[in-house]
Amino acid sequence: MANYSWPPMEKRRLMGKRLERLDGIAKSTGRAKYASDFNAPGMLFGEFLTCPHAHARVTSIDTSAAEKLNGVTAVRVIAKPGTEIQWAGAEVASVAAISEDVARDAVRLIKVGYEVLPHLVKEDDISKAGTRAKAAGETVTGDLEKAFSEADVTHEGSYGIPVITHCCLEPHGQVVEWKGKEINFRPSTQNVTGVGGDLAKNLQLPATDVHVKMDYIGGGFGSKFAADLWGVESAQLSKASGGKPVKMFLDRRTELTIAGVRPSAFAKVKVSAKKDGTLTGWQSDSWATGGFGGGGSPPLPYVFINIPNQKKNHSAISTNTGGVRAWRAPNHQQATYLTCCALEDLAAKLKMDPVELFAKNADLTARPEVYRNQLKKASELMDWGKKWHQRGDSGAGPVKRGLGLAIATWGGGGHNSQCRAVIHPDGAIDIELCSQDLGTGTRTIITQVAAETLGLPMSAINLKIGDNSLPPSGPSGGSTTVGGVSSSTRKATINALEKLYEAVAASLGAKQDELEAVDGRIQVKGHPDKALTWKAACQKLGVKVISEMGANDQKNPGGLNAQGVGGINMAEVEVDTETGIVKMKKFVAVNDCGLVVNPRLAESQIHGGVIMGICSALTEERILDAATGRVLNADMEFYKLSGVGDIGEIVAHVEVLPEHDKRGIVGLGEPSAIAIPAAIANAVANAIGVRVQRIPLTPDRVLAALEGRNA
Amino acid sequence: MGTKGRCLVSSRKDPDVSKTGQSGFSRRGFMQGIGVGSGALGAGILENEAQAAPPPGGFSGPGGVAITLRINGKPTNLTVEPRVTLVDALRNTLDMTGAKKVCDRATCGACTVIMSGKVVYACSVLAIDAQGKDIQTIEGIGSGNKPHPVSMAFVHHDAQQCGYCTPGFVMAAKGFLDRTPNPTLEQVEKGLGGNLCRCGTYVGIRQAVLEAAKEIKGGKNG
Ligand code: FES
Ligand code: FES
Repeated sequence: MANYSWPPMEKRRLMGKRLERLDGIAKSTGRAKYASDFNAPGMLFGEFLTCPHAHARVTSIDTSAAEKLNGVTAVRVIAKPGTEIQWAGAEVASVAAISEDVARDAVRLIKVGYEVLPHLVKEDDISKAGTRAKAAGETVTGDLEKAFSEADVTHEGSYGIPVITHCCLEPHGQVVEWKGKEINFRPSTQNVTGVGGDLAKNLQLPATDVHVKMDYIGGGFGSKFAADLWGVESAQLSKASGGKPVKMFLDRRTELTIAGVRPSAFAKVKVSAKKDGTLTGWQSDSWATGGFGGGGSPPLPYVFINIPNQKKNHSAISTNTGGVRAWRAPNHQQATYLTCCALEDLAAKLKMDPVELFAKNADLTARPEVYRNQLKKASELMDWGKKWHQRGDSGAGPVKRGLGLAIATWGGGGHNSQCRAVIHPDGAIDIELCSQDLGTGTRTIITQVAAETLGLPMSAINLKIGDNSLPPSGPSGGSTTVGGVSSSTRKATINALEKLYEAVAASLGAKQDELEAVDGRIQVKGHPDKALTWKAACQKLGVKVISEMGANDQKNPGGLNAQGVGGINMAEVEVDTETGIVKMKKFVAVNDCGLVVNPRLAESQIHGGVIMGICSALTEERILDAATGRVLNADMEFYKLSGVGDIGEIVAHVEVLPEHDKRGIVGLGEPSAIAIPAAIANAVANAIGVRVQRIPLTPDRVLAALEGRNA
Repeated sequence: MGTKGRCLVSSRKDPDVSKTGQSGFSRRGFMQGIGVGSGALGAGILENEAQAAPPPGGFSGPGGVAITLRINGKPTNLTVEPRVTLVDALRNTLDMTGAKKVCDRATCGACTVIMSGKVVYACSVLAIDAQGKDIQTIEGIGSGNKPHPVSMAFVHHDAQQCGYCTPGFVMAAKGFLDRTPNPTLEQVEKGLGGNLCRCGTYVGIRQAVLEAAKEIKGGKNG
């Protein structure tokens, strides 16, 4: 069997280099065509009528006026009379028309009668949830009562992290053309391979009828895997409009109301420790909502999983709100927030540096050595030893400075992926796999691996992705893409090379296994004089085209990719105690991520994760109105993201070390986005001397905490 | 209240627009005049920001009206309903899809274009009001072979991930550098405060804009 292992670190020409992303110019010149940029002659626009009530039964629906409107080609009822609707924003009817504006006019002409029913949209106070809270049952390890009674110090606290949305800048949607037997489906998706089958299933058609194509996606973050109701409705509207393509992308209000959220998490936590900081007990009563279907159950205690005595209760609250979707590292931001805030509070009570507390308890984690090293590295980059002070001990002026830290872990591993490497007799190379580049750099990485393996420049590779007629590759979620596509590409290109060696061995007077591909040549190993140029070698194929597959098997990665990483994040903030405004000064993110294919792209991933975390820590929160049950801030003015001036200095440290490298490739998208809100919240507590229990750390919450009005 | 003043006032890109709207027409009032509710294009737009000169010859619509827009130096004829925004006209009628529609209400900057030297949100300008202006879009700065220095700087500093916010950022940065050729980091942060990115590319963006400033100056001197 061929040896697929990665070339040794010192021999890599392209892998491990800080190369620019290949589609950078297409994007920064506005030429990249996203799903939402697709135009076609005669294209129609689809719109939804959505329900204004959080809980209601449809009693009547009259679409006649809409149908008569000039320019309208189809009107469809989604929620027939009798349908019970469980959240505001749910789809009631859909319309296709010659323009977006006409489609909206038509939507306004549809008359719907509702019987309004009682709703629950807020979950922060579990005592008000009644029967909507479902307890998962108690988990007990060891003897918690004993641990608490024997502890030198215990701490009890309440913490909360709210529901937030994905707020992808390109909204969810697609263009669908359903003509006869064929469906052309152009979605904004993280799942080009699987989304066609999902649409087909919903339309009760064979998966082979759906052709999916997507070149660029404007953000997904875990929310774009399925065909969704909008995909299905676009298809039906297209069919009802004589097969014309229908473009349907959610408007921002609908996007932020129904296209997915990260579940909340709230907890009352009690922790205990010995004088030296050794953790002895953990108790948590937590609850969360992920919408009507529930969801959200943070793994507690996070990372410090082996605290000897534990008692945990978790309840899922069903609310009349739009449903949960995977959000970059599902459950992990919540879990690290609830855990690390409690630990930082405990450290403050012990008058102990939390870095010491974390290091002291590293043995309670799954990777003690990794975390100890990362604590050291992060401290050094933050200059923690010099800057840290006891909680609240931050000088006389109104502006207080503080430091905080938090911890992360993630699985990753490479998803199933198949790649086809095609070598043409003229020397041209196609690399084909049905993956997608979310902006993580997947195109660049695949090309680096292929060119590295074939001994050619990046420009020699013609990469084809984003089309479900190509060999299947997994959805891009859970940081599994880089491991999957790199490994399948490595294998396919090696398999293709073997075939090329076979074809040219005789003319080089050598055996097939004595050949290598270097610097644009096929040569006898170590003998540049006994060589054929790439072109000349390929010409030996005559009319034969080499087409070889390579597959990554998620369960058996063969050393090419791995899973399981740790990360330490540290934040430095300034808090103005007169205004309550929190300002980011510096953020340090230390992540281990196995073999790094492209450090520049890896750093970008970390920067992105940190900045998303800053938004989540300081400004982001989906706010519901208890009375009407609607989202109050389903827009980008009041659903706030940080801007370029809000982020401070960010130090992303990618650990490129032989001991990490030899593990193979590990994804970085999720682990880089986990511990940020927790680290920032802890830095604020360190600065102002009191805990702000809930994030985002808005000025009103900071001022309330300072005045002892913690909710 | 959040810390970031991303309220309407701070996110306005074109503070002088009110001075050009002498007619007393507002975009909302105008649309109501033609029988379209204010909900059509998002309520909450500041009246003075939305002020518009009446179309030549008084009222137009409600059907399509023929207009001419000067885009990237070329007069371009198109037919749009008077309520159609510039970003929709660019994207849906002219297939110029570099400018993106994200918030559709003057918050995020994804739709940024330069109009007679001013950086504006194309989602908050009616296409008919853009007549007589010089409209510059991402398609008109640089070329496929020779991208604009701002576009190149975004590549060099990896100032983009999914890239959906990028054309807006590039246009905002270009407009900013036209006004502020020697910016400090603080000025960059303020000057580009009207654009948002979800993927978190601000670290690269800060560096890219500073580099582009040098590039552009070097190009002019040399
Ligand atoms: S789309 Fe125009 S500012 Fe957001
Ligand atoms: S790069 Fe994705 S939104 Fe900015």
